[in-house]
Amino acid sequence: MAAVFFFIAGIGAIAGAIGVATVKNPFYAVLALVCHLLSLAALFLLLRAEFIAAAQVVVYAGAVMVLYVFVVAYVGSDTEPVRPAGGPGLRAASIVFAALLAVELFIAVLGSGLKGIDAKGAPYNPGFGTPGAIGELLLTRFLFPFEAASFLLLMAAVGAVVLARRRGGLSDPAHPDEEYVQPIAQSLPEGQFGTIAEGVGDTNPTASLQPAAITARAEADPDDEKGW
Amino acid sequence: MNIGWYLTVSALVFSIGAAGVLTRRSPLVILLCLELMLNAANLALIAFSRMWGNGDGQIFAIIVMVVAACEVCIGLGLVVAMFRRRLPIDVDEMRELHG
Repeated sequence: MAAVFFFIAGIGAIAGAIGVATVKNPFYAVLALVCHLLSLAALFLLLRAEFIAAAQVVVYAGAVMVLYVFVVAYVGSDTEPVRPAGGPGLRAASIVFAALLAVELFIAVLGSGLKGIDAKGAPYNPGFGTPGAIGELLLTRFLFPFEAASFLLLMAAVGAVVLARRRGGLSDPAHPDEEYVQPIAQSLPEGQFGTIAEGVGDTNPTASLQPAAITARAEADPDDEKGW
Repeated sequence: MNIGWYLTVSALVFSIGAAGVLTRRSPLVILLCLELMLNAANLALIAFSRMWGNGDGQIFAIIVMVVAACEVCIGLGLVVAMFRRRLPIDVDEMRELHG
């Protein structure tokens, strides 16, 4: 029974991988990767890694793929150029290189002489691969990698915000290619400072102290100048 | 199933991912193929973890997933930045650092 599930999941994983590498439209490539990841989660379940399988489905097939779909929808899915990379010669060389890499991996893994490779693995120990066992390992033996991973995630989040933020304010309609910073003073109504109180409709108590307001009042009422 | 079968699937998926990284030109698809390679490594790690009956390989697989999430985060940020600056979404056109 396990063999049936293994071949279904393994064929799904390899077919998904081929789909990712060959489909022209990036949106369909993302969907093929989702198929690949779900098949891989089934393989993880067959290897009794329950927590990793659940994390694979939730984190990878859920969160990361949603991020991909959003970016593909934002950038546009018809971005793959028609011309192959570097001409047909380089493409053939790449495929030959990948085939040689596969042969080398087969020799390295299956020819390694490990006795465990031809067996079904160690005898099953109850609790192996459950969230409890993984959490205990993460918080005892592997506490430092756990903290380092959390710090790495923080740095990646800050880096993504810095990379993808909008620079230079709004673009000038007259020169759309140049970066243009609209001065804040231009967008404010006369006599306002741009405070939060003005934003919610409150009056500015210091508006009468601005030079423009002072000169306007002096021109309107010259007699009042003595009072200043 | 013997552990060798899982390692065979892992090696095949890794090679397919490497071929995709070498032949595709859209940075989005290259990132997807990098995910394939990382996931192939994850499958090998978990197969070896099962072989030894030890949870260390699974912890390593979780760390690899974290690193993959960071890589996706930064890579997609770069793609969005390229799109914002109206640069072509094509790794062959990104040759300003060639020297």
